[in-house]
Amino acid sequence: MRFGVIVFPGSNCDHDAFYAVGQNLGQPVEYIWHDESSLGNLDAVILPGGFAYGDYLRCGAIAKFSPVMNAVKKFAAAGGLVLGVCNGFQILVEAGLLPGALVRNRGLKFICRPVTLRVETANSPFTCAAERGRRLRLPIAHGEGRYYADERTLDELEAEDRVAFRYLDNPNGSLRDIAGVLNRERNVMGMMPHPERATEPLMGSSDGLAVFQSMLRAGQAVAA
Amino acid sequence: MTITADLIVQHQLTAAEYEKIVAILGREPSYTELGIFSVMWSEHCSYKSSRLHLKKLPTRGKLVVQGPGENAGIIDIGSGYVIAFKIESHNHPSFIEPFQGAATGVGGILRDIFTMGARPIAVLDSLRFGRLDSPSTGARNRRILGGVVAGIAHYGNCFGVPTVGGECIFEPCYDGNPLVNVFALGVCRKEDVFYAKAAGVGNPVIYVGARTGRDGIHGASMASAEFTEESKQKRPNVQVGDPFLEKLLLEACLEAMRTGAIVGIQDMGAAGLTCSTCEMGSRGEVGIEIELDRVPQRETGMTPYEIMLSESQERMLLVAESGREDEVYRVFRKWGLEAVEIGTVTGDGKLRVREHGATVAEIPNRELADEAPLYDRPHTAPPEVTRRPELPTEPNVQKSLPALLAAPDLCSKLWIWQQYDYQVRTNTIAGPERADAAIVRIKETGRSVAISLDGNGRYTYLSPREGARLAVAESCRNLSTVGALPVAATNCLNFGNPERPEIMAQLVEAIEGIAEACQFFETPITGGNVSLYNETLGEGIYPTPVLGIVGLMPTAQPLGIAFRNPGRVVVLLGGPGVCDEVRFGSSQFVKEIAGDLWGLPPALDMELEKRVQAAMREVAAAGLAESAHDISDGGLAVALAECCLGPEGVGAQVDLDSDLRPEMLAFHEAPSRILLSTAQPAAVATIASAHGVPAPVVGVTMESELEIRQRGMTLGCWDLAELQAAHAGGLGKYVG
Repeated sequence: MRFGVIVFPGSNCDHDAFYAVGQNLGQPVEYIWHDESSLGNLDAVILPGGFAYGDYLRCGAIAKFSPVMNAVKKFAAAGGLVLGVCNGFQILVEAGLLPGALVRNRGLKFICRPVTLRVETANSPFTCAAERGRRLRLPIAHGEGRYYADERTLDELEAEDRVAFRYLDNPNGSLRDIAGVLNRERNVMGMMPHPERATEPLMGSSDGLAVFQSMLRAGQAVAA
Repeated sequence: MTITADLIVQHQLTAAEYEKIVAILGREPSYTELGIFSVMWSEHCSYKSSRLHLKKLPTRGKLVVQGPGENAGIIDIGSGYVIAFKIESHNHPSFIEPFQGAATGVGGILRDIFTMGARPIAVLDSLRFGRLDSPSTGARNRRILGGVVAGIAHYGNCFGVPTVGGECIFEPCYDGNPLVNVFALGVCRKEDVFYAKAAGVGNPVIYVGARTGRDGIHGASMASAEFTEESKQKRPNVQVGDPFLEKLLLEACLEAMRTGAIVGIQDMGAAGLTCSTCEMGSRGEVGIEIELDRVPQRETGMTPYEIMLSESQERMLLVAESGREDEVYRVFRKWGLEAVEIGTVTGDGKLRVREHGATVAEIPNRELADEAPLYDRPHTAPPEVTRRPELPTEPNVQKSLPALLAAPDLCSKLWIWQQYDYQVRTNTIAGPERADAAIVRIKETGRSVAISLDGNGRYTYLSPREGARLAVAESCRNLSTVGALPVAATNCLNFGNPERPEIMAQLVEAIEGIAEACQFFETPITGGNVSLYNETLGEGIYPTPVLGIVGLMPTAQPLGIAFRNPGRVVVLLGGPGVCDEVRFGSSQFVKEIAGDLWGLPPALDMELEKRVQAAMREVAAAGLAESAHDISDGGLAVALAECCLGPEGVGAQVDLDSDLRPEMLAFHEAPSRILLSTAQPAAVATIASAHGVPAPVVGVTMESELEIRQRGMTLGCWDLAELQAAHAGGLGKYVG
């Protein structure tokens, strides 16, 4: 399965996502420069964490105008798997590929620490290798990770089983403890915690592999 | 403009220094030239008060690839890789504008690392502030703390380098003069190291990165003067950082270096364009000629003086191979950065600055960069602290331990480090408060680097020489405790006004102490920074040398501080240590419980220290210890409590065989001691005895409580939840 990691100016978890997929998942992976107009023949694309364009405006607000985002939209519309982590999640939300917004943490400070998530649905290409209710220990590292949406959207997300992960110890004030959401077609997911930072025992946890293994399983199912 | 005596004084040059300038030039300097000399010959850039003594530091070793004199020191870590590291201060700017001062401190040291071709993979900070609870200055100190931490977080997090550890101490002497020392470390292949050296007459000199503005003019001179009431007026002297631009600069520079078209490169830090041009020229024994019209500027109407002295951030100067400029430009264009040819390398050894074609400055590089005045400033004896020991009449170990754990110096700094991304790049094997040293793996080599920053101002105040030796010993001990072999060091020397003989004496003695200890522990100094004039309204700080030492070890799960299983044997490697009332006066107990300071720092036996550390490394390498933690600030009881604060919630019962009075036994800070828990005490004892190190078994780990006894009599017994609450809540009282 072929993975791509998009490099925006200011992405800084691009190497980590590349390493997690290439080394710890053992799949071919390449970098995609932000001004590319096509994603080639990838099976999955990752928008990594970081501070695209410095995030001096609203996080992700500039990155959504990158040429590569048109390619990502086309790729998603064609059913390709799109995973946004942290800043990548913020960009997907700004680009309208996922609902809601990510606003300043409740405590108004950047937080870096491990959190415990609960898998809310196994019915997605990002969680199918886990089971509903499974707990994952993953790190967060963000200043603007509080998931926010109006009541109707939140109800809809829940009704359509599109909440992928919830925090057990909500660190940032996210509404309804939401840590990750899916689009309606279930092939685009954004999450604030960093699965790529928990893909081998030396990182303190391997729980993040569940996300990548799910993508791999889903990709192989499509191929088969 | 005519150069008047007033103007010379304003530039903090002495009459003799001015005469030397006239002699070098063979004429009166222009106003621009005066400015250039004043920054290059400032204390900050020239080390004119300290250079003579810095020569005493050991700088050679078999792993040292590059010692002092470059942007960072370089150590060979094997498998074809090297690490580059250095520590630098940003004290003065951080007092004037805490957020930007600290942020640009991080930015400056990161550039020093990637200038050498190394990708930064770790940052640590050593911070000092005034007391947060002071009725008169507490509010300001809390604001400075908050601003500094947010500034470090802002810059490091955005840039994408993990801030993996450090230290933070509070003393009244830092009230008007906080210390912000930032350490950075990077890695690259040995053949990819770049130097800040110009070469090749006719080669183009290229400016890249941010445009030049009026920010930071005379920053280096500001850092070379005491603070007065007017200092707050100097806010425009503090630069504003842009970590996003720096991130682009990092990626672009590393990529441009790979083209092979770059001859030499240096960042524009203190003294900006002036320093980078004349230092690169001087190192390469060539001249550099630049045309200021070509320098990208963000403001109009800047004078040559302003352009040459600006300290705008995120700028680099490089020399490319003539004819291959386009390869360099292509890379910088890709990253959206400005790269402009502003001059050429010449053969006459001079820094020649032109504006609209007319020469506005012409100075020999070598004299400007390397022949700054050198002072052997008079030094008497360090001030003596003659107060008599006065211990509390009814010392109480039971009450004192939670109080100490909640004390600002000893409590959990989670509020600080949780604001830092300490994991980005997924190399952090041990982040903040996990183990005695931070550990970062080098993915390419299967080895890890352990890093520890240490400095104890109270110790150094009481005895600069002994305090400095203790800082080296403790830093090395922290590394050995996690199983790393200490290999090299960098230092940041924070002192007061060197023109006062007793302050100069502190500096000289501390440097000699560092020299002795670094020689002894085989950790050569590969670079560092001297920050003098740390005084406000005539009040000096404690002399505060901070040591940053790096060690090497195989990549593996870290040996952490916390006890992990009940029923393990607790060993006090190194034995109980010695102390008396005089040496007890420098302890955290006396600071926090008695509110005092007297006497001398703990006594250090370097021979014993070395043996303890060797034994510890052997125990760690053999996998015999489940946890290990050295005894330092707060003594044995605090160290034991820290071992009990891990996620597993494992406590201990220990019984100490000693004649010392109880509070001294519990809280004295004698060095050369490490607490470890083990399931194989016999094997640990064998190793200890082979090294001639006492290793008494002092107790056993158990669930949920800590009990400390002296010869069977209970000195204190605590529920772990009580200790946890004290430790976790220490800073929370003061910060939101």
